[in-house]
Amino acid sequence: MTPPTRTRRWPAWAFLAPVTGYLVAFYAYPLYRNVELSLREYTVRSFVQGGAPFAGLDNYRTVLSDPTFWPTLAHTLVFTGGSLAFQFTFGMALALFFHQHFPLSRTLRALILVPWLLPLIVSASTWSWLLNSDSGLVNAALGVVGIEPVHWLTSPGWSLASVTIANIWIGIPFNLVVLYSGLQAIPAEVYEASALDGATGWQRFWSITLPLLRPVSAITLLLGLIYTLKVFDIIWIMTKGGPTGSSATLAIWSYRLSFGNLLPEFGPGAAIGNLLIVMALVAGLLYIRLERRQHLR
Amino acid sequence: MTTSRPRAWWKTGVGLVLTGLMLFPVYWMVNVSFTRDRDLRATPPHLLPTDGTWDGYRAVIDQQLPYLGTSFVVGLGTVALTVALAAPAGYALAKLRPPGGRALSFVLLIAQMIPGIIMAMGFYASYLTLGILNTLPGLILADSTLAVPFAVLIFTAFMYGIPDELLQAAVIDGAGRLRTFWSVVLPVSRNSVVTVSLFAFLWSWSDFIFASTLVGGGDHQPITLGIYHYIGNNNQQWNAIMATAVVASIPAAILLILAQRYVSMGVTAGAVKD
Repeated sequence: MTPPTRTRRWPAWAFLAPVTGYLVAFYAYPLYRNVELSLREYTVRSFVQGGAPFAGLDNYRTVLSDPTFWPTLAHTLVFTGGSLAFQFTFGMALALFFHQHFPLSRTLRALILVPWLLPLIVSASTWSWLLNSDSGLVNAALGVVGIEPVHWLTSPGWSLASVTIANIWIGIPFNLVVLYSGLQAIPAEVYEASALDGATGWQRFWSITLPLLRPVSAITLLLGLIYTLKVFDIIWIMTKGGPTGSSATLAIWSYRLSFGNLLPEFGPGAAIGNLLIVMALVAGLLYIRLERRQHLR
Repeated sequence: MTTSRPRAWWKTGVGLVLTGLMLFPVYWMVNVSFTRDRDLRATPPHLLPTDGTWDGYRAVIDQQLPYLGTSFVVGLGTVALTVALAAPAGYALAKLRPPGGRALSFVLLIAQMIPGIIMAMGFYASYLTLGILNTLPGLILADSTLAVPFAVLIFTAFMYGIPDELLQAAVIDGAGRLRTFWSVVLPVSRNSVVTVSLFAFLWSWSDFIFASTLVGGGDHQPITLGIYHYIGNNNQQWNAIMATAVVASIPAAILLILAQRYVSMGVTAGAVKD
């Protein structure tokens, strides 16, 4: 009755064949195409007809020596760092709060997920209107306390902060959910023991919760980093990276070069894209290592 | 719970306030969608839609229905493609343990980390050559990449829990692998199919970057582009823009109501296993 191992193995890969073919066609090939784009000098014509000359690392040199490179990299770091720090802090505070289980806590926790589930264009346009210079609610509220209206989206000094605020709002639910599930994994006995020792709530947080939550926190932050590096929609919809590039990140710059101009520059656009991939992959490999280590415990 | 009642309700109060703060922008979207044109620029803004109007929603019905239809079709296509690709793969990875299965799971994990802008650029170049720019099948294929790796991971985790005895019973009854999959594994995994379908639909519905790069110049554009053009062309009528945004949020609301417990699972799927 038992079939030989050979026929046992073959059907397994038959079930995997579609997805494997799919991965090659729709992940590996676009990635390859992107690397190829970044190594050649493309024009609109050669993009369609082929035959673009090989340019080596020229596109990368162009990008790195562009005067907008360092500011854009700095915006990317500020956007990512600011988003992660605040999303994590708020997410942690909410997770600790909801972990106390009170009437309605389940329902409220589910409702807080809404910002994460909304299409990004919805969130971005809502924030655009909230932060509108003349008619936005935020400036109206500031006016009540006597603060002059701020040009959130249209002044170079504020645009990056504005898109970061919107992105923090979108990311809090994710941090809440992951940290909450991490809190649930901490056995209650640990807390009971510390309660006998007379530890206060704050002491318990610093000496028990936070250390035990370290693996989950690291994973949350790394996944957050990977997601935040990718962010494009929110910034593009709210400010298009402007004014004068003041809220442009690497993802925005790459898009602008390839799709945002009448005369696309696919080569440099792809080169920036590949820099982004390298950053995401470093974070990704770190994440996988952490994840494995946590499983071994 | 041993906490005394009044204390617990005090926490509920704080919880309500926090939830209210988090959801305030959503409330504001709804409020603005009902605001009359002449009140849009009122100072101070009207906090309640007391003199509400349905004009914004009338504009949605007049102008945005084709976009909504396109999004719906693309969403269904993405769901079908995602489940068809990912369910068999999940079954194989969970129950058949083929050589190289671990490596494939690893690749899927990495695949989720590639920035959308890079995928979009690669797709654009290929689609141009293949002549499928500005077509719905092209957009469905691209949108499915948002969901397939996640879907395989979910199916694998779910199907891992199916008791082996159940599958062996099917084999003893003379069912082949394909029959076992179709008439035992899939029906038992109904919940995971629902979860994956809901997320695949939501992500395809919410997609902006593939839509703007791959079908931005075509006749069939999804609702995300509908809103985007709206903001661009018509930046006075924010009640109509916000009404469209409210309508575009309906799938997210349905997801939350129908599948509340799976949503948390979906969020944490990549992060915290078991």
